[in-house]
Amino acid sequence: MALSGLVLAGFVLGHMTGNLLMFKGPDAINAYAHWLHANPGLLWGARVVLILSTIAHIWTGILLTLENRASRDGGPAVDATRRASLSSRTMPYSGIVILAFLVFHLLHFTFRKVALGGVEFGDNVHKMVIAGFAQPAVAVFYIVSMVLLCLHLSHGISSVFQTLGLRNERWRSRLDGVACLYAWIVALGFISIPLAVLTGCLK
Amino acid sequence: MVQDNGKEHTLALKLRVWRQRRGQPGAFEEHALPAVPTSASFLEMMDMLNERLIAQGKDTFAFDHDCREGICGMCSMTINGMPHGPIPGVTTCQLHMRNFRDGETITVEPWRARAFPVLKDLAVDRSAFDKVIQSGGFITVRTGSAPEANNIPVPKPIADEAMDAAECIGCGACVASCKNGSAMLFVGAKINHLNILPQGQAERDRRTLAMVKTMDDAGFGNCTNYGECQAHCPKSITLDVIAKLNRDYLRARVKAFFSSTGKPSKGGD
Repeated sequence: MALSGLVLAGFVLGHMTGNLLMFKGPDAINAYAHWLHANPGLLWGARVVLILSTIAHIWTGILLTLENRASRDGGPAVDATRRASLSSRTMPYSGIVILAFLVFHLLHFTFRKVALGGVEFGDNVHKMVIAGFAQPAVAVFYIVSMVLLCLHLSHGISSVFQTLGLRNERWRSRLDGVACLYAWIVALGFISIPLAVLTGCLK
Repeated sequence: MVQDNGKEHTLALKLRVWRQRRGQPGAFEEHALPAVPTSASFLEMMDMLNERLIAQGKDTFAFDHDCREGICGMCSMTINGMPHGPIPGVTTCQLHMRNFRDGETITVEPWRARAFPVLKDLAVDRSAFDKVIQSGGFITVRTGSAPEANNIPVPKPIADEAMDAAECIGCGACVASCKNGSAMLFVGAKINHLNILPQGQAERDRRTLAMVKTMDDAGFGNCTNYGECQAHCPKSITLDVIAKLNRDYLRARVKAFFSSTGKPSKGGD
């Protein structure tokens, strides 16, 4: 769970950074996309690692959730929460929405099968993204999913340190801060693009 | 003790208490206690309830208790959803009725976890914890006359850390408060207590692997870092012990994986 999550958390930061080339103009993002496809070894190497990490993450997540539900045995009739954060209590749900988002996102911008009106964009990634986010419902779905990703990452990343045994009371709040900052950077970076298209800043 | 002019305050309480026989489904029973002194402990309030039930010729509520001074770890009640009640860092027996309001309805339940089946009413079977201790919560030494205490020097910070972990009274509030029914705080405390002391080194890896395995086999859940256990632990044991348990477990697994078999491999030279 922790190791696959670490791979995926690293990926989203890299993916977000690459996406920001959208703001540098059509040539920058199109050249970046072209460079990725010109290196199939790198592209497919990364894809295989990501697919395996995603499968491992989902599989261990399902096992973890089911085992933990069974161990709780229903829990008390009155349930009081003293400190568990919202993000920690919603991990399975934010995870499911992110998975649904992932499927849609792949069909949308990787396979280009949905929500693009059947238009062929070829190598013009810039134009495809603008057209994709011109539909408010799609852009809003992306933004909401990224807020949930932020929630998911903020608990996930701080948990990685605990699982690997690299945390104590002195460092807990600092590491929670690092995780929160990382989650917000990733989420705001991703959100900036559909938001810029929606508001007409990116054309 | 809250007193005015030598007269003690009392509370009228409504109680919803869990009634269950072993292996059968349970349900809440409602009872009223008209005059509970605010200086009574929660267990003394339960005693009052049971005395009323005896006077009425009814069955009393079974609940675990022993020392009534916060060190034995026997008392185990989930009070309004909180193991050991609303005050952090105290056991049920050290919780006093002055922490409740007049006219309040108090819900009293047993520890809820698959690994802690209900024996009767509020008493649960915590022998899963005993099994965890039996699998590694000890050091192997020759018994007999006590050894000279200063033969093995223990640095003060290490002794303090071990004592912090050893504060765990094994009550099970960590499991009851955990939304995953996980016993990681208990096992972490026990493992840390012994694993950081020189006396615990010889069996360190074996202890860690065995206790974690016993914990998993007993049907406890897994830690997902909610932090509820720390917030409800009557001894305020921190999540540090879980981080250290994870570290020691990882170390022990890696060492076991690459341990020497003492023989050349087949086909090797």
